[in-house]
Amino acid sequence: MTTLHAVFDKARAEDRAALVGYLPAGFPTKDGAVAAATAMVEAGCDVIEIGLPYSDPLMDGPTIQDAVHRSLTNGTRIADVLRTVEGVAKSGAATLVMTYWNPIDRYGAERFARDLASAGGVGTITPDLTPEESEPWLAASKDAGIDTVFLVAPSSPDERIARVAGCCTGFVYAASLMGVTGARESVSSAAEGLVKRTRANTALPVCVGLGVGNGAQAAEVAAYADGVIVGSAFIRRLLDAPDEKSGLAAVRELASELARGVRR
Amino acid sequence: MTATEGSILTPADLAGNGVHGNDPDIHGKFGIFGGRYVPEALIPALDEVAAEYEKAKTDLAFLREFDHLLRTYAGRPTTLTEVPRFAEHAGGARILLKREDLTHTGAHKINNVLGQALLTKRLGKRRVIAETGAGQHGVATATAAALMGLECVIYMGAVDCERQALNVARMKLLGATVVPVTNGSQTLKDAINEAFRDWVTNVDHTHYLFGTVAGPHPFPEIVRDFARIIGVEARRQVQELTGRLPDAVCAAVGGGSNAIGVFHAFVEDENVRLYGYEAGGRGAETGEHALTLTEGSVGVLHGARTYVLQDEEGQTIESHSISAGLDYPGVGPEHAWLKDTGRATYEGVTDAEAMEAFALLARTEGIIPAIESSHALAGALRLGRELGPDALILVNLSGRGDKDMGTAMKYFNL
Repeated sequence: MTTLHAVFDKARAEDRAALVGYLPAGFPTKDGAVAAATAMVEAGCDVIEIGLPYSDPLMDGPTIQDAVHRSLTNGTRIADVLRTVEGVAKSGAATLVMTYWNPIDRYGAERFARDLASAGGVGTITPDLTPEESEPWLAASKDAGIDTVFLVAPSSPDERIARVAGCCTGFVYAASLMGVTGARESVSSAAEGLVKRTRANTALPVCVGLGVGNGAQAAEVAAYADGVIVGSAFIRRLLDAPDEKSGLAAVRELASELARGVRR
Repeated sequence: MTATEGSILTPADLAGNGVHGNDPDIHGKFGIFGGRYVPEALIPALDEVAAEYEKAKTDLAFLREFDHLLRTYAGRPTTLTEVPRFAEHAGGARILLKREDLTHTGAHKINNVLGQALLTKRLGKRRVIAETGAGQHGVATATAAALMGLECVIYMGAVDCERQALNVARMKLLGATVVPVTNGSQTLKDAINEAFRDWVTNVDHTHYLFGTVAGPHPFPEIVRDFARIIGVEARRQVQELTGRLPDAVCAAVGGGSNAIGVFHAFVEDENVRLYGYEAGGRGAETGEHALTLTEGSVGVLHGARTYVLQDEEGQTIESHSISAGLDYPGVGPEHAWLKDTGRATYEGVTDAEAMEAFALLARTEGIIPAIESSHALAGALRLGRELGPDALILVNLSGRGDKDMGTAMKYFNL
């Protein structure tokens, strides 16, 4: 099992940013998600976030909404998410689960943390869990030995950044812009300032997500962040592919482009 | 001159600033319910709204302006109507209706939107967005936006747009942009998701004019405080008319704003029983219902911990009701708390029972109620038979049924 700590150490030693890829479990199919994520790792992703599909993804844009809807229609359950994590972790990437809070709340925080750790998962990203409500999850994650990642946003004042960073153990997820997930034509100018403000409040790595979709953008972000997070752009490749084989080729190609980007 | 001279309200009445208690704690918690489960990007905006509201609720100039709009624009105080011919079907219990259907725009929603539109101006924002189910909150928001010169975008499930085409046209006429939401179940819950997505993108100049007592803190408290005038007036009116307090107060519960609005002034009156009626749809046993409090479980939806219709893995289950305004798989956290503390009782009323009460009130009293409100009427019929002829029951007639004529024509083959 590769830890987040090892990933960022390695990237730092190579004088580059880490590449983090996102895919929801069960998309395009249960096995297809493992195959696509494995292809992403083989082509250069250091970390994979497996999305736990949720019925009400209120911070996701249309691309991820579409993928999640297909996954839920395919009948994806939490057991499938854990199996996906298990499959992807074998590829050698540090594997996280990104999830809205309610599925964990319902499954049971301790049980989820334990089962995720057993599956080889190294932590979670919880975009709608606020520090005020985080106590049960921090405790359960600590007990199970998995990392916690929370988000900061351009709107976050410094004292809030400090509070959120204080809940994180793996890295801090800096949302590059005010908005939902999805590739954009350019990376928000707010991102660099946010990374700076976050660094002033934590020694943890800071990764930037939201709106990054190509090699040039990855290079731009890699110049100031410890990691570059890409989700919707991978999903878009899979949605647009006429069949599974060309979908895999397309995500592999994108991952290679992004991997070159973070090394520029 | 006092702040509210000539009005029936005191500043405390308007603001609900702890006079009747039951305010959430600083994290917006009602017991274990409420709080904030939202993307971090929205926290500063929620803090800003909460801070501005804290100032506004004790600011006499703000309260005076709100009071003025309620009286001269919304048409308050609304009257109380006794309905003896309807009550004959309730075992002879005495039934009084709080006539929110007579407000401008035809439903209680106008109270909350006028308050929040004023708050929007205080916040210095120029654009409001809102979700709507039946269209009543959308119409009310579009109305207040027109009145105050605010840009207005309404998110409405595509299914609801079809069910409530007349309200879509009203919103457009009032100058609002109506965005049909085509993802998920295409109803209220998906409209709320989409409104949150807009808000996080445009939060610097936009206020999310939330329409019910659900969502993240401080919305449950703000919406309640602007809606609680319903109960404040009704409590006084019932006493003036009958010399006593009612035995029971009945209201329909979807998200729960009209119910909290009428309940709140009575919460500390221990002998007044509070009854909320949820949409039983085709029946609890069919799974096609919106029985969030009576059949749901505790979880997180739309930013708050509350009762939710969800499966064993926390996925939201789509609700069903003949009434778009009650077709929601969540409920306000204060209701969850009133349920768990035993202060209020929640029961289901099926589509069929609601439609029967809808037609009965029309035929016996010449009042066509909203189908939402008809759930409370059906509940009152049931409750009257239980409590007997000496009972005095107050029902919040939260809206009028004009918007529901399409549904009624189909249902009754009119």
